Amino acid sequence: MQGPSDFDLSRRKLLLGTAASVAFGAAPPVANAQTPVAPAQAAPQAVPMSKVSFNVNGRPREVTLDTRTTLLDALREHLHLTGSKKGCDHGQCGACTVISGGRRINSCLTLAVMHEGDEIRTIEGLGTPENLHPMQAAFVKHDGYQCGYCTPGQICSAVAVLDEIKAGIPSHVSADLNAPAQLTNAELRERMSGNICRCGAYSNIAEAISEVAGRPA
Amino acid sequence: MRSFTYERARTPADAAAAALRNPDTKFIAGGTNLLDLMKLEIETPAHLIDVNGLALDKIEPTSEGGLRIGALVRNTDLAADSRVRRDYGVLSRALLAGASGQLRNKATTAGNLLQRTRCPYFYDTNQPCNKRRPGSGCAAIGGFSRQHAVLGASEACIATHPSDMAVGMRALDATVETVRPDGATRTIPIAEFYRLPGDTPHIETTLQPGELITAVTLPKPVGGRQVYRKVRDRASYAFALVSVAAIVQRDGTGRVALGGVAHKPWRVEAAEAAMPRGAKAVAAQLLADAKPTRENTFKLSLAERTLGAVLTEAKG
Repeated sequence: MQGPSDFDLSRRKLLLGTAASVAFGAAPPVANAQTPVAPAQAAPQAVPMSKVSFNVNGRPREVTLDTRTTLLDALREHLHLTGSKKGCDHGQCGACTVISGGRRINSCLTLAVMHEGDEIRTIEGLGTPENLHPMQAAFVKHDGYQCGYCTPGQICSAVAVLDEIKAGIPSHVSADLNAPAQLTNAELRERMSGNICRCGAYSNIAEAISEVAGRPA
Repeated sequence: MRSFTYERARTPADAAAAALRNPDTKFIAGGTNLLDLMKLEIETPAHLIDVNGLALDKIEPTSEGGLRIGALVRNTDLAADSRVRRDYGVLSRALLAGASGQLRNKATTAGNLLQRTRCPYFYDTNQPCNKRRPGSGCAAIGGFSRQHAVLGASEACIATHPSDMAVGMRALDATVETVRPDGATRTIPIAEFYRLPGDTPHIETTLQPGELITAVTLPKPVGGRQVYRKVRDRASYAFALVSVAAIVQRDGTGRVALGGVAHKPWRVEAAEAAMPRGAKAVAAQLLADAKPTRENTFKLSLAERTLGAVLTEAKG
C-alpha cells in the first residue's frame, strides 16, 4: 500500500512535470524543414563538453558541461541555485537576471563556458531569509510582486541599476547626457524595462527601489 | 540548440584564420543575438570561436582627432564614455534607445553592427524566408508587414536592420576595421558595410568569410546638435518603427540617417542639402524611392514628422 509520502510531490517537480507535458502537447508532429530528422539507427555522437570554473556567490565552482549550457541552466540545473528563473529563455523578460563581474546580465543569453574566472552573484548571494538584502526587504515591505516569479530577476536588476546610476551611466530618459543621472521614477522605470512583471507590480517595484535609493517614489 | 565545439581565440588574426578553416563557424562575443538564434536553430554553427579574450575593449583617441572603439566595447560602456557623450551624442543616444540595461551590458560594438533582423518570418522556422533559407521565398511579402522596410527592399526580402547604434554610426560616417584570415587588415566605410537585400538577402554585409571586425573608428567630432529620436510601439525595450539620427549645425545644415525603414541605416547625402528648408524638403528626397506595403505606408509620414520634430528640437 502506498503511503502518503509517495504523493509528496514538491511544487517544483509538479511545475516541471506540467511544463514538460505542455511542451510535449504543443510540439509539432513533424520536424520543420530546418530540422532534419535524425536517422533512427544513427550511432550516438559524443556531445562536446567543456570545463569551466567561476565563483558563484563567493564560492569557487567548477563544472564540466555540454558547451550548449547557458549560464542560467548551469546555475539552476548543475549548481541547484534555482533562485534565478527561466521565463522566456530569450532575453526578453529579465527573470534570469544575475550580476556577473558587477554587471547585470541575462543569464539565459550567455554560455556558461564563456564565464571562466568570472564572479557571479545570484539572488541567493544577495541575502538570506534571516538577513535580507535591503532591496529584498524593500520588495517585501512595498509588495513589489504578486506571483513572485520575476522577483529574483527584478531584485538583481534593481541592485545593479542603483550601481549604474552611481557610476554615472546615462539612460534613454536622461535629459542631459553630460549631467549626473537623476533618481527619478521615470529613470528607474526606463532602467528596469528589461524586467517584465506579468502581474503588473511595477508601481510597487519602483517604490521599493526608490526607498533603497534613498528618496520617496 | 545544435551541439557545437568551442574554442577561445588568442589573437584576432588567429580567430579569422580559424574561422576560415571551418566554414560552419561563428564568432561569439556578447552572444545576446547569436544564442537567441541558436536556440531557435536559425543559426546552427558547428563551432564557436569566443573572441572575448582578444583585448579589443578599449576606446582610444585616433591621430586624426577621432575615436577608435574596440570591437568588444560593450554598448553600456560606449554610451557612457565621456568623450562619446560630449562629442558624439547621437551615438550615445542611439545606444541608450536600444535593448535593455542587461543586454547593453553584454552586447558589443561589432556584435551590434552584425545583429540579424527581427522580421517575425525570419524568426519563424515554419515559414519560408530567403534570408534564413535562400530560395525558399519571403513570407513577409503579402504577410503582416507593418514593421517592414519601405526603402531598398527587393522581391526576395523586405526585412529591416534592427540596430539603433548603426544608424548613429552612419550619421557619424564611422569606419569599420577588420582583419582577414590571411592576417591583412582593411577599413570599410559604414556606407559600404551593409548590403541591400537584392536577390541574396542572406548576405548582409560586405565582410568576407572569416573576416573579423576589430574596431569601429569615428572621425573627428563635427559638433552640431545631435539628436536620436526613436518611435516604437512601447516607451522602452522595443525595436524602432522609425528612428531618426540627426546632426544639425547652427546654420541648419547637417546630416540625417533613418532606422527601421530599410535593410540598412538609410542615408541619402544629396537629401541633406535640403535640411535648412525643413523636414518636408528633406523627406521628399530621402524617401523618394519608397515602396511601402499597404500595412507600412504610415512609416513615410511617420518618418517625415519624426524628422520635423528632430529638426525643431535641434533648433531649440
